[in-house]
Amino acid sequence: MYKYIIRRILVFIPMLFALTVIVFTLAQLAPGDALTGQSLADPNVDPEVYEQQREALGLNDPLPVQYWHWVSSAAQGDFGDSLVFNGRTVMDLIEARFANTLYLGLFSLFITIIVSIPIGIYSARRPYSLLDYGATGFGFLGLAIPNFFFGLIAIYFLSIQLGWFPAQGTLSSPGAAGFGSFLDRLHHMVLPGITLGLAGTATYMRYMRSEVLDVLGSDYIRTARAKGMTENSVLYKHTLRNALIPIITLMGFEIGVLLSGAVITEQVFQYPGLGTLFISSVTNRDFPVVMAIALILGVLILIGNLLADIFYSIVDPRIRYD
Amino acid sequence: MTQNPLLDVEGLKTYFYLEDNQVAKAVDGVDFYINPGETLAIVGESGSGKSITSLSIMQLINKPGKIIDGTITLEEENLLKKTGKQMSKIRGNDIAMIFQEPMTALNPVYTIGNQIMETIRKHKNVSKKEAQERAIELLRVVGFPRAEEIINEYPHQLSGGMRQRAMIAMAISCEPKLLIADEPSTALDVTIQAQILDLLAEMKERLDMAILLITHDLGVVAEYADRVLVMYGGQIVEETAVEQIFENTKHPYTTGLLDSLPSLEKDMKRLGAIKGTVPPAHSFPKGCRFSSRCPHVMERCLESNPDLNEVESNHKVRCYLYN
Ligand SMILES: Nc1ncnc2c1ncn2[C@@H]1O[C@H](COP(=O)(O)OP(=O)(O)OP(=O)(O)O)[C@@H](O)[C@H]1O
Ligand SMILES: [Mg+2]
Repeated sequence: MYKYIIRRILVFIPMLFALTVIVFTLAQLAPGDALTGQSLADPNVDPEVYEQQREALGLNDPLPVQYWHWVSSAAQGDFGDSLVFNGRTVMDLIEARFANTLYLGLFSLFITIIVSIPIGIYSARRPYSLLDYGATGFGFLGLAIPNFFFGLIAIYFLSIQLGWFPAQGTLSSPGAAGFGSFLDRLHHMVLPGITLGLAGTATYMRYMRSEVLDVLGSDYIRTARAKGMTENSVLYKHTLRNALIPIITLMGFEIGVLLSGAVITEQVFQYPGLGTLFISSVTNRDFPVVMAIALILGVLILIGNLLADIFYSIVDPRIRYD
Repeated sequence: MTQNPLLDVEGLKTYFYLEDNQVAKAVDGVDFYINPGETLAIVGESGSGKSITSLSIMQLINKPGKIIDGTITLEEENLLKKTGKQMSKIRGNDIAMIFQEPMTALNPVYTIGNQIMETIRKHKNVSKKEAQERAIELLRVVGFPRAEEIINEYPHQLSGGMRQRAMIAMAISCEPKLLIADEPSTALDVTIQAQILDLLAEMKERLDMAILLITHDLGVVAEYADRVLVMYGGQIVEETAVEQIFENTKHPYTTGLLDSLPSLEKDMKRLGAIKGTVPPAHSFPKGCRFSSRCPHVMERCLESNPDLNEVESNHKVRCYLYN
């Protein structure tokens, strides 16, 4: 098993390298740089000044040199200074928001799982029942309704009309600490969490349903019944673990979907996470911030996949030994 | 025959309700019995209803299948009257079963030991440790020299033959009175097949259990069975002692099966002597179900299906040639 995990981590390294190259190249391919917009905005400033600034920022260096500068300092957690927020480092901007996005992602994944897995199991045990059809319909509705629209509906009813949940932000009184502030954070996370979480529910539910159905029809389930196992043991011991194996793989894939959904959801709820920062930085051409966030999201996806693979090897002994 | 049979099946019908209102009569009025300690073989081509008969005894028929009629009596008790919970106490304890595909019959994510111990602990009131000792003992009995290690191994680490041994260990773990073996050796290498069947025979002697051996290999029947049922189209067409089936073959279908056996004296061209294939279970011919393939077909065979009659003592045949 350790061999497998080590091998898997070794694959992680070239992928990380490829990721940095892609992020860097994409940033270069984007038209203009941090100073392009400003020269148009203010025709009174001598273009010479911008040229000097470019030189000073290293924007005129050959690309490989620029890449090396960026990557080597990024490796030490230094993404440079923001071009827009004067005097603040990129790391400083990102730090607080990173945690917010991570919490939102985990919370919505939690919601996805506690909703979809039980419904998927139930649908598989009673295929073509009323609840099965209902869940399928509900799931496709969830797939069809865009995330931001669902978010707006949730804000309108649950926040504005009923006033149950705050519609934006992460905290009502900044600076509060302790358990109260934890609950406050959770309270703020409910609407964006549900919005983001329900988006993934349909996929997981359909997967779970078909996996459980598949496993229930397998030979080893017949064996378990033939040796007198009760339905509970058949379902929770023999079926569930096998059915979850592909779900873990799915989770690895879906992390990217989750994070891109987070970017939009955060925007709808004005939730101060990486997503909102990312969008404002793109608009402001704050390239160091854009590159840093793209890299971090990419790394999160890679780590998610790595964790999924490791978890997979724990659940499925066939992966562990070879 | 003075003793009471261990298992008595009467008028068993198991139908599958297919789409567009078709009904597949997979098992259609089957009667037989098994005496304690005896080996009864069921033979017949693919699709003749052997597996569905055995799964009906275990009540492991899944939708769209249903046992619609009959009684299945184990030691004076009608199993079809039992609740699901009562049946789960009988399965694995009084009647155990092993299957054709050892590669897929064990759960891939649990160790061999776990799966054997779970059976023991389900039916016997023993501690985890006792169950483990018993599992090791059983694995040794079925021929694993390093049984202490095997209990910690996963199915994919074993070969097909070894998995089938492990299945047998699991099946006999609660000393069942009846072991149903549905083509236990068909999926294995020829060299391993005999080992597995010999092991079953040895376990039968050791535990004094009865075996219902399902096979389509008459060679296996000759070597391991006491009595034999020949099934065709969901019904029994011939039933007798093993020697009779070879020396005093009656039903044309049985003759066909025997002719398709490879043998040294016969010309190899005669292999596969029965022409045509088994008709699907939802559209049997109107009269005798074998009439569409029978070399001796007569007019009355096309009109009605003959009954299973005892034409000689302990020799039953379903054929108009004999009455
Ligand atoms: N799940 C099912 N749905 C519909 N029909 C079925 C189903 N299972 C079995 N049958 C019907 O029952 C008939 C008998 O099947 P069975 O599995 O008992 O055959 P068998 O004698 O065991 O054959 P084999 O040698 O291939 O194992 C089949 O021909 C098929 O028509
Ligand atoms: Mg079969």
